[in-house]
Amino acid sequence: MSVLVRIPTPLRPLANGQKEVQLKGASVREILESLVRDYPGIRERLMDEKGEVRRFINIYVNEEDIRFLEGTKTPIKDGDELSIIPAIAGGSR
Amino acid sequence: MDFREDQIERYSRHIILKEVGGAGQKKLLQSRVLIIGAGGLGSPVALYLAAAGVGTIGIVDMDNVDLSNLQRQILHSTKTVGKSKVLSAYDTLTAMNPDVRVVPIEEKLTAENVTALFREYDVIVDGSDNFGTRYVVNDAAFFLKKPLVSGSILRFEGQVVVLEGYGATPCYRCLYPEAPPPGLVPSCSEAGVLGVLGGTIGTLQAVEVIKLILGLGDILNDRLLIYDALAMSFRKVRVPKDPSCPLCGKNPSILSVSGSTDWACSI
Repeated sequence: MSVLVRIPTPLRPLANGQKEVQLKGASVREILESLVRDYPGIRERLMDEKGEVRRFINIYVNEEDIRFLEGTKTPIKDGDELSIIPAIAGGSR
Repeated sequence: MDFREDQIERYSRHIILKEVGGAGQKKLLQSRVLIIGAGGLGSPVALYLAAAGVGTIGIVDMDNVDLSNLQRQILHSTKTVGKSKVLSAYDTLTAMNPDVRVVPIEEKLTAENVTALFREYDVIVDGSDNFGTRYVVNDAAFFLKKPLVSGSILRFEGQVVVLEGYGATPCYRCLYPEAPPPGLVPSCSEAGVLGVLGGTIGTLQAVEVIKLILGLGDILNDRLLIYDALAMSFRKVRVPKDPSCPLCGKNPSILSVSGSTDWACSI
């Protein structure tokens, strides 16, 4: 399965500045593994030591948060879009 | 209350909208909104709410205006560098609209004072700059059943969501269960922020505040809006209420407001 992965602006410097990349995989986990293989700098920001997605980063398949689907086991269909959305807190200073 | 002549003129473009009208404008004049942070987001929120005639605008911030703020914090000016941000905000807002009672609160928001500060307001606006404050603000707004209009910006990206976790919709903890540990997510001062983003996201927050006060339209309370300035895209993703949320879920473990509001993102 080939999916479009959207990279949030805070992580783009770690992905050669790209805002989206096309990756292959059958599940969210396979896609994310493929992403951090291609762009190793993203790994530490995206995953903890056990390879789990960090709790302040949400992964969406199309419009849906994978925490409310099957987590990283969520299957991927051709043409799905995967978005990585980190919590950001800036606003005042 | 009756309108004065000058108010009928000042708010004429609102009053002519049938969805607002005289009744809606009176609601705005009687409403009370508290803004957390007189910075990049708080500035456009406060300016537009003051222009709209929101009757009472409280602003919480303990910082003084710094020259590096002026790239985005349009409440302040070169003349107010070094002055308290909330007093600078007071001058700007009352000069724009003397109808508005501006309440400058030059205090650090903490888990201890947050409940007393929120109590007398109808809507809370979060334009703070750190995760500790965001969780404290979320929890206090939840316990007091106040709608929370949350906005955040970093680099070229912004997010907006309205949180009403005391109802059927999510709270901030449903969206982001945990804050990033210090050091993992850079702050604006470290990562930079395109100044205009505060305007884009802050004005969207102001719109949601006004809709909440007037009971108009669809509130952004089940979706997160993500603005990507470089891609020129606005996208919405669904934010479900989390049944296992420790605050607003079925078996809550957070029963009071606690936690630190200290700057938590320094590298």
